[in-house]
Amino acid sequence: MLKIDNLHAGVEGNEILNGINLEVNAGEVHAIMGPNGSGKSTLAAVIAGKEEFEVTEGTVILDGEDLEDSAPEERAHKGIFMSFQYPVEIPGVTVTNFMRTAINESRKARGLEEMPANQMLKLIREKSELLEIDRKFLSRSLNEGFSGGEKKRNEIFQMAMLEPKLAILDETDSGLDIDALRIVANGVNKLRSESNAVIVITHYQRLLEYIVPDYVHVLHEGKIVKSGTKELALELEEKGYDWIKNEAVV
Amino acid sequence: MDLKEKLVSSFLAFENNIDVDHPVHDIRSEAIKNFEIKGFPSKKEEAWKYTSLSGLQKTNFSIFPKEENALEYREVKKYFLHEIDTYKIVFIDGIYSSYLSETTHDGVDVCLMSAALTKPMYRQIIELYFNKVASTEESLTTLNTAFSKEGAYIYIPKNKVPKKPIEILHFSTGNEASLMLQPRNLIIAEENAELQVIERHQSLTENEVLTNSVTEIFAAKNAIVDYYKVQNDTKKASLIDNTYISQKDTSVVKVHTFSFGGKLTRNNLNFYQDGQHIDSTMKGVTILSEKQHVDHHTLVHHKEPNCESHQDYKGIYGERSTGVFNGKIIVDKIAQKTNAFQQNNNILISDKATINTKPQLEIFADDVKCSHGCTIGQLDEEALFYLQSRGIPKKEASALLMYAFANNVLESVRIPELKRRINKLIANKLGVRLGFDL
Repeated sequence: MLKIDNLHAGVEGNEILNGINLEVNAGEVHAIMGPNGSGKSTLAAVIAGKEEFEVTEGTVILDGEDLEDSAPEERAHKGIFMSFQYPVEIPGVTVTNFMRTAINESRKARGLEEMPANQMLKLIREKSELLEIDRKFLSRSLNEGFSGGEKKRNEIFQMAMLEPKLAILDETDSGLDIDALRIVANGVNKLRSESNAVIVITHYQRLLEYIVPDYVHVLHEGKIVKSGTKELALELEEKGYDWIKNEAVV
Repeated sequence: MDLKEKLVSSFLAFENNIDVDHPVHDIRSEAIKNFEIKGFPSKKEEAWKYTSLSGLQKTNFSIFPKEENALEYREVKKYFLHEIDTYKIVFIDGIYSSYLSETTHDGVDVCLMSAALTKPMYRQIIELYFNKVASTEESLTTLNTAFSKEGAYIYIPKNKVPKKPIEILHFSTGNEASLMLQPRNLIIAEENAELQVIERHQSLTENEVLTNSVTEIFAAKNAIVDYYKVQNDTKKASLIDNTYISQKDTSVVKVHTFSFGGKLTRNNLNFYQDGQHIDSTMKGVTILSEKQHVDHHTLVHHKEPNCESHQDYKGIYGERSTGVFNGKIIVDKIAQKTNAFQQNNNILISDKATINTKPQLEIFADDVKCSHGCTIGQLDEEALFYLQSRGIPKKEASALLMYAFANNVLESVRIPELKRRINKLIANKLGVRLGFDL
């Protein structure tokens, strides 16, 4: 599904990603771990198409199509979703209206009619139940005054509504208490299928107890320095990132 | 002949058609003297540094419309808040249109200034209120005072509330190649009275219009006044709005100004607090494009203790548009425990757009809370990326962010249909469908 080949990217001449190779197939969950500043969030943003980052070399290919010239919204229309570490507050636009706009824009891009209102409401109801979201919450302004946990839950709610092919969860576990973490992870697990894939970006192993990855990759200085199965995450938890750093130097 | 000379010499002709023995005429005569001495303000004056009237002064405006023009309701229906029932005071090229209006004398007076200035039954009120808060120094206000004859007259007696909101509409039909209008409004809310007013100036053609309007509002003890100014005129219409408000104890006056259209707009909004526990609120949303110019000059004069004022102006400036915000707050020595809040936030969406923003605080009391803040910025890139990553194209995402930016100013609009209208005007002005009903 996703094929990243020798990806180099940075900001204003500072290279942050330094030759990333990664292949993600449908039905898989990949975890990307690494110390602070290793390039995890940059990788997520580059896949999602953030213009601030300049790709200097290499390719990101989704279903055989090079994404180089695709704007973030076009990537979204092609099925990429990124859950933000710091979701932005949009006063005056309710969660419901925001989702309606997002879904209909995607449908428009795919040449579909707008989703009828009753169908939209049904979908919203269904997905909000999945994430144990109170109905009142949906008529609040997007992310405005939301707690950290509410913001993250709302991110996964959006993911549920948009049904992406490839979901990238950027530090979704940060700032979550254990109950919220469980709800969020549960939501993600229920959305998993044979036809979609998830990339979980995290600093800690904790989230991976709930969203169990098929593969774990360790990012260091903009490169994947080690890949393995879920046991690698446990090893990292035990030994810390210094172990990887030392190994990388050698 | 330039515009000033033309106006001054027209005063004699104007006098031929009015009752020169009425006490108001002395006020007019004084006013034209003042204007003759001062003339139009120039950019050399601090208050007019960023707004030039020199172009307008070169235009050969007609000062008295030659003939009456009629309009069918269906032609202008969209400019009314027709979703709800309202009283309407409508003028076409400065002349009252009884056909389009719906006035009342049922417990309250919602009618015409020309009637109030001539009929004996209004004389006492006129003597008490007319020109009592409007400036006798500011040249454009005195120009309006000199020619004051027609406009809206609203009198709400003690404990009364009109059954419905009041709309004041000024249409210009392009009868004249260029027309100057000088409406004069007087609005009085006596003790415990309450009213809502919506004012709109609308040119129906591309002919040039200059409106120099003066509105005096008196809010007695405990009165509540909501005043909405909808400024969405054509690219050839200019407006100088001079509004003067006098408030007594525990009264609440809110003025909302929505500026989306017009060529040159100057809003002089002046609040005078003549009592205690008063609340004065000014809110504005300004969204400009092309070469539009809007200048908001606000003044709040805190003259007594324990009062509040709130100002919240948001501006979005595109293309080559220019904006000005000048917010003056005076707190007299006696006005302890004043709480004055002022905020002006702006977004420039074009490299060629300009905003000049200036808070001006003169505080003579020592136990007050005064805060002010102005910001000028661009759209938040991170927020834009967030919306785009949800599949919303950049243009729509920008509009959504601008909409969100301006939106909180609308929270205090108390007529839901008007709020919906303003939301739609904002969406239209931003040039996009937001993808949901407002």
